[in-house]
Formats: sequence, structure tokens, C-alpha cells
Amino acid sequence: MQGAGHRVAITGYGVVAPCGIGKQNFWKGLLGPGLSGSHTVEIENWDATPYFAGPKELRRADRCEQYALAAAHEALTQSGDLPYDRGRIGTIFGTGIGGLRTLEGQVEVRVAKGKERVSPFLVPMMMSNASGAAISMRHGFRGPAETICTACAAATHALGYAARQISWGMCDAVISGGSESAATITAVAGFENMTALSTSMVSKPFDATRDGFIFGEGAAVFVLERLDLAIKRGAKILGEIVGAGSNADAHHITAPSPGGVGAAACMQLALTDADLSPQDIKQVNAHGTSTPLNDAAEAQAVSKIFGKTYPPMTSIKGVTGHPLGAAGALEAAAVLLSFEHQLIPPTANTTVVDSEMAIDVVIGKPREWEPGPTISNNFGFGGHNGSIIISPYLD
Amino acid sequence: MDQQLFDRFKKCAVDVLAVDAGKVLLEAKFKEDLGSDSLDLVEFVMALEEEFGISVPESDLEGVDTVGKAFDLVTSKVS
Repeated sequence: MQGAGHRVAITGYGVVAPCGIGKQNFWKGLLGPGLSGSHTVEIENWDATPYFAGPKELRRADRCEQYALAAAHEALTQSGDLPYDRGRIGTIFGTGIGGLRTLEGQVEVRVAKGKERVSPFLVPMMMSNASGAAISMRHGFRGPAETICTACAAATHALGYAARQISWGMCDAVISGGSESAATITAVAGFENMTALSTSMVSKPFDATRDGFIFGEGAAVFVLERLDLAIKRGAKILGEIVGAGSNADAHHITAPSPGGVGAAACMQLALTDADLSPQDIKQVNAHGTSTPLNDAAEAQAVSKIFGKTYPPMTSIKGVTGHPLGAAGALEAAAVLLSFEHQLIPPTANTTVVDSEMAIDVVIGKPREWEPGPTISNNFGFGGHNGSIIISPYLD
Repeated sequence: MDQQLFDRFKKCAVDVLAVDAGKVLLEAKFKEDLGSDSLDLVEFVMALEEEFGISVPESDLEGVDTVGKAFDLVTSKVS
């Protein structure tokens, strides 16, 4: 990654998702059945009590923040203590929306009981920076604590920017990732009425008969450290962030730019940042939402970059649904797990890849591979594109 | 003191401020003894308003720093 020459290690991560709480359960989920039969997928029987001092503290954290704190707990437990100046540990987080459940609940209170009954905790619970702020406060990290809100590209942008803070020498460690829990009745109606959700209620990225996404949720949190410092303290290096790209379509509020030109340019930015050629990339972890337009544009972008020698590509959204701003975080976790298990998880539910697409989508069963640099893409309403390249650690 | 009224008051404190019922004593200070900050108290007052069907304007809360003073305020509004 371009900067002041510092390499960026990943030394811990944690995952909270409907298909599994904790990274190994999440992995089992990724190898399990795909989603069908509903417009949404949410975490069932969520218990946040282990992550809060008491019921008062828990009640004052929106679900989005609860997931973030739980994933951060797992990540920091794995990384171990970070022996750095607290002022040089940052928290660069991503979310698409933030505490929408709280806002919707309090609007109901206001309509039913009047404005005098609106909770004084509405604002700190709904604000989109609440999750990152909570992680920073909980652990005393006093470096830069900023939240990126680029819709469904948010966590990918956060991870890229977090890594940049380290590569430039601004921070010794940064906690990053993304969280989302926004499938309220109103939000689901909004996505449904804009025809983004799957009418058949099946998430099947890149399939010839795909017809929209399933609205998901979850969080994944990562501990990034300057590689040399992480090695010095004896941390286990799980992977490296070697490049990141960010750009905009400047085209349309919801539709991707024709031919996927914005997405292709973004992937090229990440490759240039990593000083890698397309042939160095061994896996594409796609945005692959299962909407007709997104998947077509992404497939075109991948073809533009890789030509006829394309690497295997997968989308975990057949299992996870689309967790909006947390997408890039869950996908980065899936990439690290694919390194560990030496398997690329299949694109669940997809049986016949769209014949218009010249790509190699992993379907049916997981594919064995020799882990190598992997590019993860995410694209957000507003024309935001983000790509990061995660590599196994090779000393 | 109306014990029945105080029990309802105490239940609000236990629910909203997440403190043990045994700590809700008339002389207990909200900040020092019950660990409550200003937003906690706003939420507590809202719960009391709801429970007792009363209205407590902010100006009435001046100097109300103990359970006893808050309970007196509620009692004066209820009766």
C-alpha cells in the first residue's frame, strides 16, 4: 500500500452475522444453505448482555452498536493487548445507516405519546458514528475515530482508510470494520418499493434468474497494526491489507455506471496501490448483491480488469443477504477465513450463471485453492466504489 | 410517607437507572450514590411522568439531587 512504507497486518477479527456468531460459526454458515423465503435475514435470539456492564448500558446502545461492540470484543481478544500509545490507536468504522431501529421506535413513541416522551438517548443511539465511538470509548483508543457512511461501500472504505492511516505512519494500530442493523418495517418498505429486494425472496448472485437482494445485517471488526510492530510484539499475522481503491461513478444515485466503468477503475486503483498486476489476484470476493444491475456491472468490470484469465469469484450474499454498510466487513472476514481453510466458499443458491457474464463464479461447493491476494469489492448507492486487496502474510 | 406511592417511584428508579431497590433510599444522591448522569435523570423523570400521569417542567428540577427531593416533587404533583 502506498504511504510511508509501512505494511499493514491484520492481527484479530470478529464477526456477528445471521449465519453465525463468531468467525468460525460464520464460516460454517458460509458453507451452509443459501437464503430464501423472506425479504430479510436477521440475527435470531441475539443476546448482547455479555458485552455490556449492565441493562442500562445495553438499553442505550442500538443493535448496530451492539453488534459492533460484540465483534470488536472477539477481534481484540484474538489480537491481544496492543502495546501502543493510546493516542496512536485509531477507530475508523463504517456503516450505511446507523441506529435506524432506534429512530423508527422513537418516531412511533412521538406519534403515540407526544414529543415529550422521546428518549433523551435517541440522538446518541441513532447517530451513524455511534458504533465507532463506542469502540473507541470502551477500549480507550484516543487516535482518530471517524466513521465513513458511503452506503454499501462503507466498511470497504473504512478498511482502506484505516490501513492508510497505518501505511502513512499516522497510527500504530487501527480498529476498523462495519456494522449494520437497519431492516425496520419502513426501511424494508423503502427498498421493496424501489424494487431492490428479491421478488422471489431468493438471494442468488450472478444467477441468470436473480431478481434482487435480501436485506441482511451484522458486523465484522478487524484489528490492523503496523506489520513490523505486530511482529515485534509476537502477534500472529492473519493477513495483510496491501491495497485499496476508492472512487465515484458520478452517474446516478442508485444505478451503477454503464459497463461497470467506475467499478473497473476502482479495482485498478487498488491494484496500482498494491503494486500488483491482475494476474497476481487469485480470488475476487464480489459485491454480488443479486440485483440484476449490480451483478451485470460488476461482471463487466471484472472482465475489463482480468480479460480472459480471470480468477475465481464468489459472493457470500447468497448466505448473508446484503448487510448494507457492513457488507465489506463481513466479506473481508470471509476472505481471511478462505485463507485459513484454503477453500473459497460457494455463491449459495446460484445454479446457472448469467450467460452474458464471462466470469468464473464458484457455485455448488467450496473450491480448494492456494490462498493468494484477493480483491474485495463493494459499491454503494450514490455511486461510491470501494475495493481492497487482502493478501495472506508471506514474510 | 405514602409507601404505595414510594414503591411505584422506586420501581421506576430500578427499571430506568438500573440500580438495586435497596439503594433507592430517601437520602441517596442521584449522582454520587446511584451513578446517574444528567441524561439518566431526564429518562427517569419521563418514566415518573408516565407512571404518575404528571408533568414535571425542567424548572421544577432545580436543586433536586436526592431521591427524597424527587419523591417530594412527585408527591406534590400527584396530590
